Amino acid sequence: MVRVYDLAHCRAGDKGNTSNISVVAYSEAAWRVLSEQLTPERVMTAYGHIAKGPVRRYDLPNLRALNFVIENALGGGVTRSLRQDMHGKSLSSLMLTIELPGHNEETP
Amino acid sequence: MAAVLPPYTTLYRSQQMSSSENGRPSIRIGVGAGTADDRIHPAVQLAQHGELDYLVFECLAERTVARENLTRSKDPDRGYTPRMLERIEAVLPACLENDVRIVTNMGAANPRGGARAIRQLARDMAAGDIACAVVTGDDVSDLVRTMPALKLLETDAPLESILPRMASANAYLGADVVAKALATKARIVITGRVSDPSLFLAPAMHEFAWSYDDWPRLAAGLVAGHLLECSAQVNGGCFADPGRKEVQDLATLGYPFGDITTDGSFTIGKLDMNGGRVDVATCTEQLLYEIHDPANYITPDCVVDITDVRLEQVARDRVAVRGPKGRPRTPTYKVTVGYFDGYIGEGQVSFGGPNAVARAKLGAEVVQARLKERGFTFPELQVDLIGYSSVHGELPSRPEPYEVRLRIAARTDDRRAAEAVGFETRALHMHGPAGAGGGSDPMVREILAVQSVLLPRELVSPEIGLEGEA
Repeated sequence: MVRVYDLAHCRAGDKGNTSNISVVAYSEAAWRVLSEQLTPERVMTAYGHIAKGPVRRYDLPNLRALNFVIENALGGGVTRSLRQDMHGKSLSSLMLTIELPGHNEETP
Repeated sequence: MAAVLPPYTTLYRSQQMSSSENGRPSIRIGVGAGTADDRIHPAVQLAQHGELDYLVFECLAERTVARENLTRSKDPDRGYTPRMLERIEAVLPACLENDVRIVTNMGAANPRGGARAIRQLARDMAAGDIACAVVTGDDVSDLVRTMPALKLLETDAPLESILPRMASANAYLGADVVAKALATKARIVITGRVSDPSLFLAPAMHEFAWSYDDWPRLAAGLVAGHLLECSAQVNGGCFADPGRKEVQDLATLGYPFGDITTDGSFTIGKLDMNGGRVDVATCTEQLLYEIHDPANYITPDCVVDITDVRLEQVARDRVAVRGPKGRPRTPTYKVTVGYFDGYIGEGQVSFGGPNAVARAKLGAEVVQARLKERGFTFPELQVDLIGYSSVHGELPSRPEPYEVRLRIAARTDDRRAAEAVGFETRALHMHGPAGAGGGSDPMVREILAVQSVLLPRELVSPEIGLEGEA
């Protein structure tokens, strides 16, 4: 198993009640693992206890990056959320905890 | 359907190199602020040492205009962002000395009042008579009041459902009106709600006379603006992770600048005197920041497609950006509607040592029971254990921490109920589980929420005014 933390870096932003989390691979090998294994289903499972979803994934191979859009993720949106992190800026770090099957020879 | 465009390199070669108003093939736009609460000093460093042509301050979060509308209703001379004069005072001497023009949305709910205040400030500083161009027309609150059937994008409910509580309604204007304001030669352009990246596209449109069917260039200016609009987030802010992603001299982080050329190619950079880093990693994170569908980033100026964007490190702390594509703008303006949505009450208290989590959870149950006993009910109440479950929620797989801080927050239309939340939480000191310490003062805040509607373009009339002689 390999953590997303070992393959990529992430940034989270918000719009209304939607979280936008990018995943940027450190290497070509890491990109191959991520694009194959970091599915919207896996991401929905990781965020399921705080977000209703759905999750959409956009691929940017030029940038070796994935962009995840998670709907209904911010407790009603920045302006009315009861959460401490109402923008969900820290949600990028939750992405880094996801574990993938990976391939030992391809992890950096 | 994407417009068919020639490859970027072809376009680059086929265009005659024209030059800017100042006779240069490129202009440099620096960032003065990326949010209402952004730091001030880095803007001064850029104005002094950045060899800038323009300094752009983006200071309006989604609800800032709604809040400033309230300020203006109490004092008609105010309603611009609270730190506007502090920011302008800090940068004005260097901007005058180095001939840097300022573009900003710090006018918020009162751009004309903001312009007058800036002119007075300049006189007080013995900086002379500063002409300000004022962009208005974003305030569409009177108009949307007559259109209760407009559909709220977030909930599909009619606007009517929040009209009685509406505090503001502002259209995100585009770069066209800001570019026209720059054509007045005023030293400062001050606006209310303008789309954030459009504030950065405007100087390039003005200098290079880009037109509205020149989509690759419009898209390039907007992507430059998108990369710059969150200030230090593109040059090393929001990035460092010790041992994994290092940022040199984070404490001396400055603000970035963009060098935009007449053909639409551009680079992002930073001053050598500041810490931070500008590389493909920092720029990729910011390129995707809040972009959602990368093939359909909607702005008032065009629909941007970044799926073919390529980033290249061309020098130390310089990244070149190529390949943004654009399609015609949509027939509507997005309008942010601010409205009152009750109150949030909040309290906090700490627990440490053995069984801290269980004692905090018992404390939360006690507070909720006492609020209920007093007759207060809440449509939504949240219990967080800070240090355990407050930012990523609770998962049974996580180990219990040594100490936690209990936080209870609840939403209500009743101000007294909101006050009771913090009151009962602090009372755990003497009436709760063992060892509750450090209770916070009860906190209540009025909620100014925002939703959005779309308005046909022809109903919105952006206007330019002039304060002083340009």
